[in-house]
Amino acid sequence: MSKRPSVGSTGEDQIFRRPSAGGAAEAPVEEIEVRMIPIYIMGKRYEVPETLTIMKAMEYAGFQYIRGCGCRGGVCGACATVYRKPGDYKIYTGLACQTVVEPEMYLTQLPFYPANRAIYEFNELTGKPEEVHALYPELFRCVACNACSKVCPMDVEVMDYIAAVKRGDLKAASEISFDCIQCGLCASRCMGELPQYHIGQLVRRINGAYLTPRAEHLATMVANIEAGRYKECLDKVKGLDADTLRNIYQERELEPAVAGEDWTPKSNECL
Amino acid sequence: MKLGYYPGCTLKTKAKNLEDSALASLEVLGIEATELERWNCCGAVYSLADDDLIHIVAPVRDLIRAQQQGYDTVITLCSMCYNTLARANELMKNDEEKRNTLNDFMDEEPDYFGDVKVVHFLNFLEDEVGWDKVKEAVKVPLNGLKVAPYYGCTLLRPKEVGIDHPDNPVMFHKFLNALGAEAVDFDSATECCSAYQSLAHPDIALKVSYDILQDATNKGADALALACPLCDYNLGRKQGKMLEMFESANEVPIYYFTHLMAVAFGVPIDRNHFELNRESSVELLKLKNLLSEVPA
Amino acid sequence: MSLLIALRTINDEMRRKIKEISGQDISKCFQCGTCSASCPMEEHLQAPPRRIMTLIQFGQSEALDLLNTPWVCASCHNCMVRCPRGIDITRVMEAIRLLRLRQNINQVEPSNLQPEEVVDLPQIAMVSGFRKMTS
Repeated sequence: MSKRPSVGSTGEDQIFRRPSAGGAAEAPVEEIEVRMIPIYIMGKRYEVPETLTIMKAMEYAGFQYIRGCGCRGGVCGACATVYRKPGDYKIYTGLACQTVVEPEMYLTQLPFYPANRAIYEFNELTGKPEEVHALYPELFRCVACNACSKVCPMDVEVMDYIAAVKRGDLKAASEISFDCIQCGLCASRCMGELPQYHIGQLVRRINGAYLTPRAEHLATMVANIEAGRYKECLDKVKGLDADTLRNIYQERELEPAVAGEDWTPKSNECL
Repeated sequence: MKLGYYPGCTLKTKAKNLEDSALASLEVLGIEATELERWNCCGAVYSLADDDLIHIVAPVRDLIRAQQQGYDTVITLCSMCYNTLARANELMKNDEEKRNTLNDFMDEEPDYFGDVKVVHFLNFLEDEVGWDKVKEAVKVPLNGLKVAPYYGCTLLRPKEVGIDHPDNPVMFHKFLNALGAEAVDFDSATECCSAYQSLAHPDIALKVSYDILQDATNKGADALALACPLCDYNLGRKQGKMLEMFESANEVPIYYFTHLMAVAFGVPIDRNHFELNRESSVELLKLKNLLSEVPA
Repeated sequence: MSLLIALRTINDEMRRKIKEISGQDISKCFQCGTCSASCPMEEHLQAPPRRIMTLIQFGQSEALDLLNTPWVCASCHNCMVRCPRGIDITRVMEAIRLLRLRQNINQVEPSNLQPEEVVDLPQIAMVSGFRKMTS
């Protein structure tokens, strides 16, 4: 006999009401048949529609988000969630706002995971790798177990960027960690007790400020602005009434979807 | 043989002089060794406990990377990396039970059976290049340079991975002779510089290292050559502190063995990154007329 | 250092654990002292490795806890290649360290290192030092 709890049919299917496309409150409600599945939130069983994300499912189950929810779009890192499936030793992770529920999953959210965050005066840094080493010496405790990369909901190769920091390649570390959303799950799994996500953020800041070549055209443009090049245009716009402003905005010339490198608008009055 | 090169973390920063002088010398010998595209820190020390496999994951992962990238041999320069990688490889080759545990743990990687060969640069020179060919490549023989060859621990011990006899090694001597230098025998050649104790017990590390340098100079050495960035730190970079602490301390020029090879091969001086050494390293070479130009 | 060796002072559990972790048969040591004579750190040790072996043989864990020997050991393997009884003393030292580290007691605190020290030390010093001296 299998020790696995049965996964699959979970009793009665229910009618789940959702507003039809269009979304206005008085719009007719489209009725679709959705299967209900059981999930365990912090150990307690709830029946939720199988099509929902974990976040929606928790709200459906009656939870109200005060924290642990941010952009609802998969980029803010506030709704990191860990879960397991019946009979499976592996730990799974996902963002609650992006991950669809699975039958019998048992989950909890980890909206925050404490990690050592170094205090530094950013302007005093110069971009040398030793500065990162001195702020986070614990990074040398990494044993390359790779639990961090395995748990990352954004598929960042966390172990690889820590390896890059160790050998002083902050540029590589910055690029590898680029998709990090600071959810902190890496730190939750680390046997070396590293705060990977803070280290990644520091090297990306250093990369942006000290290692990436400055854009010369940007400097020229800033100088032009400071010299008052757009003052006349802006003053003119500021003097307009709301309707005229809206008209100008709606009738502005758009860059065509397919345009050559040399495309410029017909009027270059404010360029 | 498809040769991969594993640098190790320190060779990318404080021991850039070890890496660059070695790569420049390999170019002279016409040998192509490509750095692994993806690698992590090997852990620097091998786990010495029967029930501690997690600390063997790092070196094994590097060997898996080497295999994935199609290399049958990995060459190393840092003594500590060599020791750690070679011992992990022996374990994966010979201990079926531990191999299975490690392969199971790294379920995201292909299984590994110890098939990549781990060699140290000196071994490679002796076995694959040959001292005669090294001798032929010499343009500036290091005549009149008396060098104490310092092996330290991790190149020699334990025997299973040692590049030579643990108590009476000669490989480093042969290397120096091939370059035209005189190898000076000294008792401390195989003693430990105190390694990572510079972190926990810096005072002890300073004294132990000082004793090694004294031994070398008492035997008439002009300089000391070594292969490990941690030895270089303890015996080389800490000499300023030694001069403060010990009355009879003298400046002893320190070289990575690859420095001497690059100099003898007439490699452009900037590839040696002598700015990472104490000044005495360049001074001695100038004094012996072995450098035609000053480092860039 | 005087030792009271009696049934009540013998910690058999410590002997068993060190044997298990190191894989070494401590009872094979016949006290020749080759390890002590080979140890590059000998003059800085509160007790030479030979004495450490006795303390383990007699299960003297309290005495063992007070000595700096395993923490000054640099794992250089000199003792190991020379031991006439084939004991890997380096592994014995590691086992003693692990007995303490596995209680979540650090011998070196990474967070307390001075920034200047970290900037000065090569990466391998930190990696190896933390492996040997942090839990």
